[in-house]
Amino acid sequence: MRPVVVAGAGMIPFERRDEDSLVGMMAVAGLNAMDDAGLGDRAVDAVYVGNMASGLFNHQVSVASALVDRLSLMPAAADRIENGPASGGSAIKNGFLAVASGYADIVLVVGGEKMREVIGPKATDIVAAMTHPSAEYIYGVTLPALAGLFTRLYMEKYGVTREHLTMVAIKNQENGLLNPYAHIRMKITMEGVLTHPQAHINSPIVADPLHLYDCCPVSDGAAAVLLTTEEIAKELNKPIVTIDGVGQATDTHTLQERSDPTDLKAVTVASERAFSMAGLKPKDVDVAELHDAFTILEIAESEHAGFFPKGEGAKALEAGETRIGGKLPINPSGGLKARGHPVGATGVAQAVELVWQLRGEAGDRQVKKATTGFSLNFGGFGNNVLAFVLRRKS
Amino acid sequence: MEVSRHWRLKKQRYALQGEVCPHCSVKIFPPRDICPDCGLDARTPFQFSGRGEVYSFTTVRDAPEGHSEQVPYTVALVRLEEGPLVTAQLTDLDQQDVEIGLPVEMVTRKLRSDGERGMLVYGYKFRPLLRPAA
Ligand SMILES: [Zn+2]
Repeated sequence: MRPVVVAGAGMIPFERRDEDSLVGMMAVAGLNAMDDAGLGDRAVDAVYVGNMASGLFNHQVSVASALVDRLSLMPAAADRIENGPASGGSAIKNGFLAVASGYADIVLVVGGEKMREVIGPKATDIVAAMTHPSAEYIYGVTLPALAGLFTRLYMEKYGVTREHLTMVAIKNQENGLLNPYAHIRMKITMEGVLTHPQAHINSPIVADPLHLYDCCPVSDGAAAVLLTTEEIAKELNKPIVTIDGVGQATDTHTLQERSDPTDLKAVTVASERAFSMAGLKPKDVDVAELHDAFTILEIAESEHAGFFPKGEGAKALEAGETRIGGKLPINPSGGLKARGHPVGATGVAQAVELVWQLRGEAGDRQVKKATTGFSLNFGGFGNNVLAFVLRRKS
Repeated sequence: MEVSRHWRLKKQRYALQGEVCPHCSVKIFPPRDICPDCGLDARTPFQFSGRGEVYSFTTVRDAPEGHSEQVPYTVALVRLEEGPLVTAQLTDLDQQDVEIGLPVEMVTRKLRSDGERGMLVYGYKFRPLLRPAA
């Protein structure tokens, strides 16, 4: 396999974007990534689009063809990749394979989702449709409900507290204040969401023990990366960031069929596969972007990916190890919690943040001396997970 | 939908019917015709008793379309006495506090209503086990 370089990274601010179309948002993100790479008149060979549910949210399908046309990239190959909330990660994996195998020299990967086009209960229903149709969905099970069931078990087993969950929210929203692309840009306090007499109004229960500030917002947005060979990357005059490890693993569709529902096996295996390909270990990582769709997931993923032993993630968080400036900063972008979670865009936005961090272009949220980054994109409720290791070459 | 498949989905939903693996005896729910443990063919129907206890629970306040009239509703993982976990709503709770370990039994209730077409969907829920007074 050939080494694969991320030569360009770009996105648009995640927020409610009533004026933009899905393809319009993806086109701007794609242009930003191509401009960032300084591609000039070189042709894009292939485009991979990560998107979960344009057919349901926007009544539009074949969005990869629409995007290629919008950007006048014909006759580039184009595919839309659907893998639930890990659609963005899967699109990057496909782009990686295309360059690594020699199938393509220049690949544009764009992730996007426009979720706010439908009303709340409809959006909740579309997202819930990724659960098991006859064992979960039909019983009114939602993604927050699965997260609530999981959170209660995790708290019981490992002594994670509501304070720990709130620490994730506080940290990531503080980081989000430093990220101009973040959807939620607001400082919150332990008192305001947990102990104040108005706390139950500020942060009402969504699916207990999870409250509003334990859950990521519903966002519109798009992000893109431009992948190419080392040879072409050298001509582009950009710092070289390579994708050294790609791991993916699956688990049972339902939470109920896991012998220990607190064990996120797909996270463990996907991470091991990514580290193994990269020839690195979790201790080599300087900055990580994890899939904190719910606060508990940042803690659980930080353990399952191998950064902390089981039950120690909350302690590391409490000790400040995962803040910017700590031993392993997690989600300097603000994560899904603050940056937002336009489902198909998320896996790509994580890669964009890592590229900016590894190049030293992350502004006020820059992690010092970061040369190795890790990202984890969590699909379903942990039933399809992708992990990536990115490195800055000196 | 193929008739037999439709019929089996109904048995799953109304009667909590799963499967048992003829090779390794593991009880399977939801039915899938392939044993998740040994990977072999497993099509033998198995009728669960419907008794179990609460393994985890949450209360849903942000419901999807079709479930809004039930809000808030409690979703639980129930450990069936035969072994598997099943995901279902708890019902008939009255003022009762739910806790891990609460004994429950299966009942059939309305699951959702599709407003415009007026279709009602029925299936299993679990209620606290009714026990004679001590
Ligand atoms: Zn078997």
